[in-house]
Amino acid sequence: MDTITKEQPHHDAKDAHHDPMPFWRKYIFATDHKVIGYQYMFTAFFFLLFGFGLVMLMRWQLAYPGRPLPVLGKLIASVLGDSSMPGGIMVPEFYNALGAMHGTIMIFLGIVPLAFAAFGNFVIPLQIGSPDMVFPKINAASYWSYFVGGVVMLASFWAPGGAAQSGWTSYTPLAVIAPTGQTLWIIGMVFLITSSLLGAINFISTIIQCRAPGMTWMRLPYFVWAQLMTSFLLVLAFPPLEAAGIMQLMDRLAGTSFFLPEGLVVAAKSNVIAGYARSGGGTSLLWQHLFWFLGHPEVYVLILPAMGIVAEVIAANARRPIWGYRALVFSTLTIGFLSFIVWAHHMYMTGMGSRISVFFQTTTVLISVPSVLLLTCLILSLWGGSIRFTSSMLFAVGFLPMFGIGGLTGLPLAFNAIDLFLHDTYYVIGHFHYVVAPGTIFALFAGLYHWYPKATGRKMNESLGKLHFWGSFVCMNCIFAPMMIQGMQGVSRRLYDGGATYLLAEPTLHWNIFMSMAAWTLALFQIPFLINFIVSMKLGEKASDNPWEATTLEWSTATPPPHGNWPTLPTVYRTAYEYSVPGAARDFTPQTQPQE
Amino acid sequence: MIDKLKDLLDVNQWIGIAPAASEHAASIDSLLNYVHLFMLALFVGWTFFFLTILWRFRRSKHPKADYIGFRGHHPTFVEVGVIVTEAVLLLFLAFPLWAKRVNEFPPGDQSVQIHVIAEQFAWNIQYPGPDGKFGRQELKLVNPDNPIGLDRTDPAAQDDIVMMNQLHLPVNRDATILITSKDVIHSFALREMRACQDAIPGMRVPIWFKPTVTTEDMRKKLGNDKFEYEIMCAQLCGLGHYRMRGFVTVETQEQYDAWIAEQAKQAREASAGAGQSQGGEYE
Repeated sequence: MDTITKEQPHHDAKDAHHDPMPFWRKYIFATDHKVIGYQYMFTAFFFLLFGFGLVMLMRWQLAYPGRPLPVLGKLIASVLGDSSMPGGIMVPEFYNALGAMHGTIMIFLGIVPLAFAAFGNFVIPLQIGSPDMVFPKINAASYWSYFVGGVVMLASFWAPGGAAQSGWTSYTPLAVIAPTGQTLWIIGMVFLITSSLLGAINFISTIIQCRAPGMTWMRLPYFVWAQLMTSFLLVLAFPPLEAAGIMQLMDRLAGTSFFLPEGLVVAAKSNVIAGYARSGGGTSLLWQHLFWFLGHPEVYVLILPAMGIVAEVIAANARRPIWGYRALVFSTLTIGFLSFIVWAHHMYMTGMGSRISVFFQTTTVLISVPSVLLLTCLILSLWGGSIRFTSSMLFAVGFLPMFGIGGLTGLPLAFNAIDLFLHDTYYVIGHFHYVVAPGTIFALFAGLYHWYPKATGRKMNESLGKLHFWGSFVCMNCIFAPMMIQGMQGVSRRLYDGGATYLLAEPTLHWNIFMSMAAWTLALFQIPFLINFIVSMKLGEKASDNPWEATTLEWSTATPPPHGNWPTLPTVYRTAYEYSVPGAARDFTPQTQPQE
Repeated sequence: MIDKLKDLLDVNQWIGIAPAASEHAASIDSLLNYVHLFMLALFVGWTFFFLTILWRFRRSKHPKADYIGFRGHHPTFVEVGVIVTEAVLLLFLAFPLWAKRVNEFPPGDQSVQIHVIAEQFAWNIQYPGPDGKFGRQELKLVNPDNPIGLDRTDPAAQDDIVMMNQLHLPVNRDATILITSKDVIHSFALREMRACQDAIPGMRVPIWFKPTVTTEDMRKKLGNDKFEYEIMCAQLCGLGHYRMRGFVTVETQEQYDAWIAEQAKQAREASAGAGQSQGGEYE
């Protein structure tokens, strides 16, 4: 790479393709990584809000079990039919469908596409100094595959019997005997998985092949490292689930029994018992192994890009280099590796012998070591800084304690014996929501506020941004902290009435109303964000090419970056976070600035 | 003084924890409490440090950032501290606790033997009756009146007791429960007993525990005369998951024996009359 000089003629040749393009070519069937990034962002944001909408409906039923939902309830019933909310009252099937689809949509259609695909697409080529992704058309195919997957998932709400209702985990045999929505869920997942695989190979190839001259591995911004590791996780972990999905599809449609043991007797709703006439011989646990072999690395697919965003935002706003950059990078690689050998901690209660249990408890607890290191590096990066509390910085520093709580509450669950008590209680729900909601989603907001000026040429409003942050921060904690209390009381997850059937849950039932109120209030605090996001595109304060005075490459090109990103490719002379270098004229030294 | 300190360090109680009612529950709770204390120490320490940094290095107070930043080996000490604590928790508490649950089952003749066969959305509970032998089960005999397909013509099955959602256990005696499912995966959770096992079709997995507080005593202890031990389904199993509740009655050995005798008598009577009417539909 080092031999390529700035004046390579092939770049001029490439410029010929950079003429203005018709709208449909530029924004619909785009191959430019930035436009694909926007497509991903808008679609993923829609799904994030949609998934949030689903859970707001569930929270009505949890707070007021069996009470008709005013106005909206009947509207939903008229759109989706009596299998949803007849007379405004939610039926259990619909509650389960909302739960399954909330999980699926938030993870596979909301956060992964936003954190990995949207930010990855927009930022990676800009940060490594590449004119585009290596495979622009595969990149477009990735987006359209995702889009089709999303449409299939949405359409499944109109399937006979409603959308998938066996949890986002789709455990067999329940998922095999579930109504048609489950078939659509699998088909949708196949498209989504394909999309992630296409995106991931593109990211890996681009990061390996297309770094600008001088961009050595240890000069890469941490965000790029995080995305590289995420891509590897996707490439290695998703194929088993895709295969498993097809196997489940065959069990449902072709009469195979990969996941069905012999002698199943399924009582239908009508209380008539029908033997499930299959050859049997399958095992329902096989699905769990294949699912969690993806499912656990998936957690790091959600969290690593978030870490990457937070590192960028912290460095730019603390005005000093990332503390322990190498430790950060190697912790990330270690976490990536370890995440492949912890999956069975999701299966502690399936009847596990002591040897296997020792292995999985050890690996699970071991993963806390690089995680602690990661968090330590990010916190210590703030030490000695000159911290600027912009909206994006607030979300980034808000991420740290929230992710901290998420990580710490995972610790008791890592111990097999404790799961005898806490297995599948609300404690688990509280734990992973802390990781993903005020954790990852806060990081995503930090990224949106941070890179918005690069994409639009304007800044978002700071006052609205701060209102958005503080409102979301308080509400998120009011939703998820009480879940720990309910969990310690032993309340199971996925209960249609929030536990009202059980005497055991009684002391903590009043929290259900509190949590629901907090969830709805959280929605209100997203309004200033949406207004800010849309209005600032036209009316926001104009931003220079480098409004945050940051060092990484994306800030050294024009705003918004042209097709091809740079008139001539940049050359990199230094590491990614040269802030407040002693003796330097300014408190930031861009990566493109030659060494003296 | 010591007691006060103990109360202060009982994080489980501050948060509120379901009452414990089995022999091993205390050791699970104390492991949970150690982990909670460890989490709390890390969280409080981190948060304090973190807020101090945010305050101390805010731009208005600290306009010029320091290129080198933090110096010192504190992070290494913290990291080593975390590793050591976790290793101790694993080696001395978590591993032995789990090993005891899965490797040290009480001898069959000293413990109560029970089978649980879960279905959508109920817990079928089978007792071997006074003869101590479980009767044969046949898939083709399964019907709404005979949910577990018990073959009443089998001599061992004559006195078998099959209850729906009613589990009776004698206090202070080990109970070994073999758990399976007829249809989908359920999870048999007795929160007060700190006991849990997924009920998986095609697999029969045993668990054991020793209840130490009778239902009656627990009612007095909690001052709640409606209290019942509940079997809670802890794995999504379909539309009725939320109401898949069973009850556990923990009673004295005498009460338990009397209950078994009464149920076994009824079971024998039923077996005598069941000879002809038997035979379910199985397609």
